[in-house]
Amino acid sequence: MRLEPREAPSLLVTITYPALAILVVLVFAGFLVSLSGANPFSVFGLVVKGAAGSQFALFETLTRATPLIFTGLAAAVAFRAKLWNIGAEAQLYMGAVATVVFGTGLLPLPAPILIPILLIVAALAGALTLLGPTFLKVRFGVDEVVTTLLLNFIVILFVSLLLEGPLKDPMGMGWPQTKKVIVEAQLPKLIQGKRLHFGFLLALIAAVTVWIINTRTALGYEMKAVGFNPRAARFAGMKVDRVMLKTALLSGGLAGLAGLSEVAGLKGNLTLDLSPGFGYAGIVVAMLALLHPLGVVAAAIFVAGIFVGADAMSRSAQVPSYIAQVMVASALLAMVTAVMFTRYRLRWK
Amino acid sequence: MDALELLFSASLWAAAIRIASPLIFATLGELISERAGVLNLGIEGIMTVGAFAGWFTVYQGGDLWLGVLVAALAGAAFGLLHAVLVVPLGLSQHVTGIGITLFAASLTYYIYRLAFPEVTSPPKIEPFQPWPVPILSDIPFFGEALFRQTPLTYLAFIAAGLVGWFLYRTPAGLAVRTAGENPAAVEAQGIDVTRVRMLAVVAGSALMGIGGAFLTLSAFNSFYFEMVNGRGWIAIALVVFGSWRPGKALLGAVLFAAFDAYQLRLQQLAGAFVPYQIFLMLPYALSILALIVMSRRAAYPRALMIPYRKGER
Repeated sequence: MRLEPREAPSLLVTITYPALAILVVLVFAGFLVSLSGANPFSVFGLVVKGAAGSQFALFETLTRATPLIFTGLAAAVAFRAKLWNIGAEAQLYMGAVATVVFGTGLLPLPAPILIPILLIVAALAGALTLLGPTFLKVRFGVDEVVTTLLLNFIVILFVSLLLEGPLKDPMGMGWPQTKKVIVEAQLPKLIQGKRLHFGFLLALIAAVTVWIINTRTALGYEMKAVGFNPRAARFAGMKVDRVMLKTALLSGGLAGLAGLSEVAGLKGNLTLDLSPGFGYAGIVVAMLALLHPLGVVAAAIFVAGIFVGADAMSRSAQVPSYIAQVMVASALLAMVTAVMFTRYRLRWK
Repeated sequence: MDALELLFSASLWAAAIRIASPLIFATLGELISERAGVLNLGIEGIMTVGAFAGWFTVYQGGDLWLGVLVAALAGAAFGLLHAVLVVPLGLSQHVTGIGITLFAASLTYYIYRLAFPEVTSPPKIEPFQPWPVPILSDIPFFGEALFRQTPLTYLAFIAAGLVGWFLYRTPAGLAVRTAGENPAAVEAQGIDVTRVRMLAVVAGSALMGIGGAFLTLSAFNSFYFEMVNGRGWIAIALVVFGSWRPGKALLGAVLFAAFDAYQLRLQQLAGAFVPYQIFLMLPYALSILALIVMSRRAAYPRALMIPYRKGER
């Protein structure tokens, strides 16, 4: 058995394999659902209805997609340069910490000034969180996968420490949570009376910006070259280490904005359950989008739809809501396999 | 008792050996896989599967050792999935590994919730009891620290010896090591690189599964969400720390665990002055520190993470 590169994959091939991947995920999920005694077909109907069946559901899906666009972009930017940032979760929380430090009354400024400042400090906090592991990678050759993963645990404990100490809301009835951000720091709602907020628009702007950086700037070209072949990039005169550090700033900054958007746009304050794994789901989003920044938006909405839909379904059909995470994770594995088969042909000999 | 005295107490070292046990299994598993040239980031998820599979088997009335076996098989199954995707198909080992971790952990949680829809505190099982080794357990200090452990701990140490013997004293072990250094040389010997790598990943994943099962069958007596708690990632750091050698990795795991046991006790001494989160951070911070110190002279298997295609150089 061996793999043989396809010369130019036909349109049929490019569509067939990803479609097969989705089918495999659906059949597998259907099997798991049937284990719970529910009817898979009606359950999938409930998922779709819960995710997009009403105006409320649709807005809920877009609200959930907002942090996923940011963390998906963070992963996509980094992975493109082969910087394995698995620490978007930590960067998200540090962005959230920066938001509450500066947004809960420290800077009594009007919204048009305060919100841009918060954007900067949150992005900076996320960026610096990834800068450490990246520095260790380029300077000492320390594998960034393990350091970024371990930092996720450290940062969560750090946030827990802050929530029980310096950042604890004295009026919080003893709950480990911060004060609410002041009114001027809140991101406005996109539609009156809905949960969907300005953060979604920011996420779209971020996606377009990354797309422009990728396709129209020297940095975008360098990031791609470094990811494709670092040795050749170095030979071509690129400062590979510096490109890596810039990539880290961009990637970590984007993940930091996810934290800002959740705090200032949705929750109002920081608690330990701010992110139910948005950082990890961002990796899936980026891979489903094949690391394309505009694809990230679509993939994030798709993944958010599965989560929101599965939550609604699980309430009405008694199927554990973990089914959403299983679907998302198996979609990742199925999709990377499918993409491989669009590029290679399997030969038995 | 002051902070220094603590270091010389047998109970500290007994705890260290206990805490080290799951890490030893996991580190050995990752080591075999990486020695054959395959990074296995599925480790955290595979340990979760092992923890659940072992516990659930015993909860269903199975024998404790049957639980260990089932955990190993469950780990091996997910290892096989990883192996198929990254060895013959050559997918990115990073992405696939993370995917396996997410998939294995979420599938475990789903099945757990299916089996126990409403419970908040999961049912307990009767775990492995300490089994004092006759005569040896009577040695002062060492007896208490080393030889009054549960059988799975002894198995961890035996496994380290076996893995060392296998890698350095058997032809198959040589093939595994060469597959991670120079796969073309393995092929030149007429051995199938793909098969060697896949077997190494599967066997390593079985060990990871047992490492997970240690948590439910020996350390705690029940299954909890997030109970693996980064131990898989720490094992990956320990492989680097041990320079891909079973003996050094074993030593690293014990030192690490001694530090962990020590901070748990310090926490009781100094908990009033220092927030407990600082102590909980220390193991992860120590892992990063160990990586920094060791990475400078780390001799990675040269073909690690490089897919091998037959006939290509």
